[in-house]
Amino acid sequence: MFFNSDNLRHVAGRIRRAGAILALSITMWSGCSGIAAHAGSFEDDVALFAARSFAESETAVTHLQVSGNPLAYPIISALKDGRLYAEEDSKKVFIKGPDGKIIDAANGQSVGALPDGAGVVRLNNRLRRTIDAALGSLTLLSPDVSVRVRAAQSVFKNHEESSLAPLDAALKNESNDTARKVLTAARAAVVLFKADASEADKLDAVATIKARGDQEALALLSGLPGDMSPAVARAATAAMTSIKGNLALWSTVQNAWYGLSLGSVLLLAAIGLAITFGVMGVINMAHGEMVMVGAYTTFVVQETIRTSYPTAFDYSLLIAVPLAFVVAGAVGVLIECTIIRFLYGRPLETLLATWGLSLILQQAVRTIFGPNNREVGNPSWMSGAFDIGQITITYNRLWILCFALTVFIILLAMLRFTRLGLEMRAVTQNRRMAASMGIATSRVDALTFGLGSGIAGVAGVALSQIDNVSPNLGQSYIIDSFMVVVFGGVGNLWGTLIGAFTLGIANKFLEPVAGAVLGKIAILVLIILFIQKRPRGLFALKGRAVDA
Amino acid sequence: MTLSTKSLSSGLLSRRTWLAAVAGLCLGFSAFTPAHAADDTIKVGILHSLSGTMAISETTLKDVMLMLIDEQNKKGGVLGRKLEAVVVDPASNWPLFAEKARELITKDKVSVVFGCWTSVSRKSVLPVFKELNSILFYPVQYEGEESERNVFYTGAAPNQQAIPAVDYLMKEEKVKRWVLAGTDYVYPRTTNKILEAYLKSKGVSGDDIMINYTPFGHSDWQTIVSDIKKFGSAGKKTAVVSTINGDANVPFYKELGNQGIKATDIPVVAFSVGEEELAGIDTKPLVGHLAAWNYFESIKTPANLAFIKEWHAFTKNPKRTTNDPMEAHYIGFNMWVKAVEKAKSFDPDKVIDALPGIKQANLTGGISEMLPNHHITKPVFIGEIQGDGQFNIVSPDDPTKAKLVPGDAWSDYLEGSKDLEADWVTLKCGNYNKVTKKCGGQAS
Repeated sequence: MFFNSDNLRHVAGRIRRAGAILALSITMWSGCSGIAAHAGSFEDDVALFAARSFAESETAVTHLQVSGNPLAYPIISALKDGRLYAEEDSKKVFIKGPDGKIIDAANGQSVGALPDGAGVVRLNNRLRRTIDAALGSLTLLSPDVSVRVRAAQSVFKNHEESSLAPLDAALKNESNDTARKVLTAARAAVVLFKADASEADKLDAVATIKARGDQEALALLSGLPGDMSPAVARAATAAMTSIKGNLALWSTVQNAWYGLSLGSVLLLAAIGLAITFGVMGVINMAHGEMVMVGAYTTFVVQETIRTSYPTAFDYSLLIAVPLAFVVAGAVGVLIECTIIRFLYGRPLETLLATWGLSLILQQAVRTIFGPNNREVGNPSWMSGAFDIGQITITYNRLWILCFALTVFIILLAMLRFTRLGLEMRAVTQNRRMAASMGIATSRVDALTFGLGSGIAGVAGVALSQIDNVSPNLGQSYIIDSFMVVVFGGVGNLWGTLIGAFTLGIANKFLEPVAGAVLGKIAILVLIILFIQKRPRGLFALKGRAVDA
Repeated sequence: MTLSTKSLSSGLLSRRTWLAAVAGLCLGFSAFTPAHAADDTIKVGILHSLSGTMAISETTLKDVMLMLIDEQNKKGGVLGRKLEAVVVDPASNWPLFAEKARELITKDKVSVVFGCWTSVSRKSVLPVFKELNSILFYPVQYEGEESERNVFYTGAAPNQQAIPAVDYLMKEEKVKRWVLAGTDYVYPRTTNKILEAYLKSKGVSGDDIMINYTPFGHSDWQTIVSDIKKFGSAGKKTAVVSTINGDANVPFYKELGNQGIKATDIPVVAFSVGEEELAGIDTKPLVGHLAAWNYFESIKTPANLAFIKEWHAFTKNPKRTTNDPMEAHYIGFNMWVKAVEKAKSFDPDKVIDALPGIKQANLTGGISEMLPNHHITKPVFIGEIQGDGQFNIVSPDDPTKAKLVPGDAWSDYLEGSKDLEADWVTLKCGNYNKVTKKCGGQAS
């Protein structure tokens, strides 16, 4: 036929078979909305799209939805995806298939090419909502479970009476449990808003919706019209109270999750600094710029992949992580060898030099890549979200949490079990003794700084997924990083871990109460008070190393 | 301790200014074309940040000014004299804006300055322009509540952007519940104050308005987005009016997309998101969210197509986008040229007097006019974000025949400001109080 996709053909077939049901819904729909069964033919309805008016397009969609014509679904879905073209003068409407084939929307005949005057039929939000509702009832019988669930969700939101018949038909042969549940809830929503449904039916519907118990159920119940019978109104209020209580409980869990997620971002940003500042004692103001270097490395990797190997896009981050480590690490070693090496033991000069360096790096990036944000895409496995109970967990945050912990563990293992780690610890604890044992301290210094910078670069890869990739990227993390390291205790990696998560969670529990601005200030004040009490942070290093 | 911090901060500052000066110098040099650097040229100052946080937005405006000046010179300059651009870099540093403005006026002897983006930078240069009596063209939408003799505001006042956007949502989307989300500084705070008063005057109850402020560059939007979701599930149609500025928009929209809030559920209308900002985001999850501006790149008029073509040729980059403040500079610059020709002089006093009443075709098919309150008439467009990062105009139906709205310096919806009027032609006053009949009334 005209679509390559088997799926669509199947849907069209199903729709034709469900013709009787749709015919039923036509009468119901036109009966209740007070519009006489429209006289216009299918062709006239389709021609409405050529009128270049949102209102006419909306009328066309509602008419097509109930027309029972097998072309209705391809037309409406083409409209949704911006593949529906119309020519104003000839009133001709065309569908461009996903495969690029053009067909005439009025009769399904294939057309060679789009005429010059044809433009995409425009959409606005109201039209999109109408389309969603129309597609909802048209795809309830789709063979694909996820399509059915999505259709049922949209019916739940729109609760149009016309969907009742298709819903019943869908429920009759539904075998999947999840889909059945969503369909039942959608049916309940329709019944609840149906003016002539019996009170008992409505009470049942309220119970079903209460069982669903989420944000949308609450929205639906609070949107109930005021003319409900007292029993139904009472049941609805009771259901709302119970849902609200349930949601309040979940929101605590949600805050905790947000806190963990913020903590993981802080940990990533700070962990490199925990090496350069914590272990080496270098006040490195250019730390944020190392993060930026990592983020731009990701950008370059993604650009290369986009232009040369578009199919490998999902692996772009896996390639970017080692590259960012190497690039940022190399920049770090270079900085150590050319600047920091000459400033050991002079913290103020180090601070100034690295601050200047951070400005130079920022402006360099601005010159090379331009001052604008660069687009770094999320690979498909980092987009979207899933629900646990009533909370939404976004994949990118989950992956970043896992990634932060992995980096932490690898770093810990490196310090504990490798030769470089041993040398690093030796040099930090007693430089002169280490030197007399034959450790090349200056080489170890350079490598340690490179390690810290490299980890910052790796953090940049992760942060590019949730923040802007711009020359200012680093600046926004430098303060937070120092805060975490100082709070956790200088020189202690575990302190950094605990510090990051404590600050993250505290921030997220303060934010709903105090607002984002005050919350941030409150955290700063709390840290200052804490540092007064414990100047060396949560986990202070003890022993001789402290004075070294 | 005190000593060391003091030397520290001065060290920081001097290093920063030094760097900025070097950067500014380099760019300044590259902007000059030696052939024009003769003595009888007229100098035009360009005061936009080329480094620091605001460089992202302001660099483009510097480029468009260079293009406009170049183009004017090709037409023979103004009053027979060539124009010469003087570019300085205030480096997103507000006090430096005042310093650089002073340098432009006294040292470089510029006849006019085009510049500033943030309100705080404008406020910082105001006294300089007043004291040295020069002219500033300010191209960005702002919170209003100001009208100065030396400043011409070619960006939108709140009644040319914020209020029409809210009207659109009320009428077309039937929005009943409002989230006013903004970055914590003067423009969002004043705009939200005006919007809150406006919504209440339209019968929206206080419970249906949620106001939220976030720090500059806020990147963790999880809590706020889920709060918006919660606020939006009260059974009434909800929309977000966003005055979130600059970089913070990207993570905000990403979080909206990730948490599955679609434009059909809770539309977001933004006043600071244009083609330029969208260039850094994957726009597919944002399709349908709105922006209100006085110009969109996607409006197809011959003037706009020519402008875009010229811009691509000038920047040698066929992908560079155009945006609203660029059009504001286009209008402002041409108005200045016309005023100079009308006054037959570059003298600031004469040009200031000549400017009100000057008409200039904008890029979207209308004729903008400089008003006595130093604001201009502008069309208002509402655009929906498309998958390709451009905007699809949803209001008005035919963008090329949009009605022009006169800019109102003092909002009619704020106590203390509704009695004020600005008129530099007959009243010679920027804040005339209609009740007390006195010049010098203050907005509370």
